[in-house]
Amino acid sequence: MTPRRKTEAYVYHLMRAITYFIVFVIAYIILDILYNGATVLRWEFLVGYPRKSGAEGGILPAILGTFCLVLGSITVALPLGMASAIYLSEYARQGRWTRMLRLAIVTLAGVPSIVFGLFGLGLFVLFMGFGASILAGSLTLACMILPTIIVAGEEALRAVPQTLREGSLALGATQWQTIRKNVLPYALPGMLTGSILGIGRAAGETAPILLTAAAFYLPKLPRSIFDQVMALPYHLYILATQHPDATKVRPMQYGTAFVLLLLVLGMSLGAILLRSRFRKKYKW
Amino acid sequence: MVETAKTKNGLETKIETRRLDFYYGPVQALFDISMQIPARQVTALIGPSGCGKSTFLRTLNRMNDIIDGTRLEGQVLLDGQDIYANGTDVVRLRKRIGMVFQKSNPFPKSIFDNVAYGPRIHGVKGRTTLAEIVERSLVRAGLWEEVKDRLETSAMELSGGQQQRLCIARALAVDPDILLMDEPASALDPRSTARIEDLIGELRRDYTIIIVTHNMQQAARVSDFTAFFYEGQLIEFGSTKQLFTAPKEKRTEDYITGRFG
Repeated sequence: MTPRRKTEAYVYHLMRAITYFIVFVIAYIILDILYNGATVLRWEFLVGYPRKSGAEGGILPAILGTFCLVLGSITVALPLGMASAIYLSEYARQGRWTRMLRLAIVTLAGVPSIVFGLFGLGLFVLFMGFGASILAGSLTLACMILPTIIVAGEEALRAVPQTLREGSLALGATQWQTIRKNVLPYALPGMLTGSILGIGRAAGETAPILLTAAAFYLPKLPRSIFDQVMALPYHLYILATQHPDATKVRPMQYGTAFVLLLLVLGMSLGAILLRSRFRKKYKW
Repeated sequence: MVETAKTKNGLETKIETRRLDFYYGPVQALFDISMQIPARQVTALIGPSGCGKSTFLRTLNRMNDIIDGTRLEGQVLLDGQDIYANGTDVVRLRKRIGMVFQKSNPFPKSIFDNVAYGPRIHGVKGRTTLAEIVERSLVRAGLWEEVKDRLETSAMELSGGQQQRLCIARALAVDPDILLMDEPASALDPRSTARIEDLIGELRRDYTIIIVTHNMQQAARVSDFTAFFYEGQLIEFGSTKQLFTAPKEKRTEDYITGRFG
């Protein structure tokens, strides 16, 4: 073999090995969680209320709490994020000011989540007086996932060929008509990718809701958006580190982790299905 | 009533530019272009790449507005009205001036929805009215017979030549009086090119057509008037016959005889 072909083969095998290794690690984590949590994973666990500080019973309040928080944060962040993405990509003059706006958004994406938690505590919980509640938690999580949604949205909009915009404008369409009828429909799949990433992050983060929404132990269901809730990641944290009998509740921890994974997957799947429907509809 | 200016040849002037300068940021792309484009004639804009002919074409329906940092000085008069005057309705202007692009840009929608796009955004409703407009436009663009049985299939499935004729049909559907064509056949095979050229020959009776082309034979075949651009300046403008057989300018002669460009 010539040296060049040797290098080629070497690079190919290296890349392949790395990819398989990553898949292996992820599979191991999931199987480990499933294996250790298998004893508690039954119907009562999903629809029951926790007893004895979570040592027994189910996790329904936490499942519902996380579901509400994710749904709430997406409902707030998606329209706002799409609006800013449209502004940045379609309307804003590309100059120093816009570059600074973009830099700010990207920086925001890198801010540690506990900082968002403190921000939410200060603004939503205390200043606006929502208290620790679904509303405050959702708004805090929305702030956290906004940058992701904006960045993904802007990229999706930029991927729409300029010729389609020009074609529409040349027919006498206004800019808003052009965006609505001949840009947004094609960009929607990419924009949904942003919200899928957002769902995963909002469901999994503990720090932001720790200070704004999550209850340590609250074995009942929320009645309004001003109620405090339990949440899966926080519940997991409590069971693993704060519970007096941490080793005994080990299966409960794994069970909770597995449910959290399932919930994220389930909610993302909704967005993924929606995305593939749009993709099929508009192809170019 | 706007009095209609006459060009030197006694033809009615449709578009007139007066001392037009155009800039991309600090770079000047057009220098002092004054030109009278006659109504219901085909005017070809020729010149080497980067000579400003496409930029000039795009000033006529204000398509350059959408590029940040561009600036225009001078006037562009459409039927005697300055289209760059304050208060000009750009949307109405573009409805009057159809445009066909170099790279055919069908929307990723059905054939029907492509042609109906313009009428719909201008408020035409009702399936039958739209269907009439779509049929009429496709007939005019010489595409009807090929697509009448599959109006609901995606426009992306058409061949390159068909796509370009679809774009022409789409432009005709909003009933413009001017058609701007930016190298409409440059990406097409000879047979599709011939069809587009035939089509231009048929459309010239009803529309003022301005066509940018790289291909001098094409300019000679389809146009009544030809303008030669070079380095952002209008070097020569006259009847196609005169410009190709007896150019007044040395640079025009050099270009059309293939000495540069």
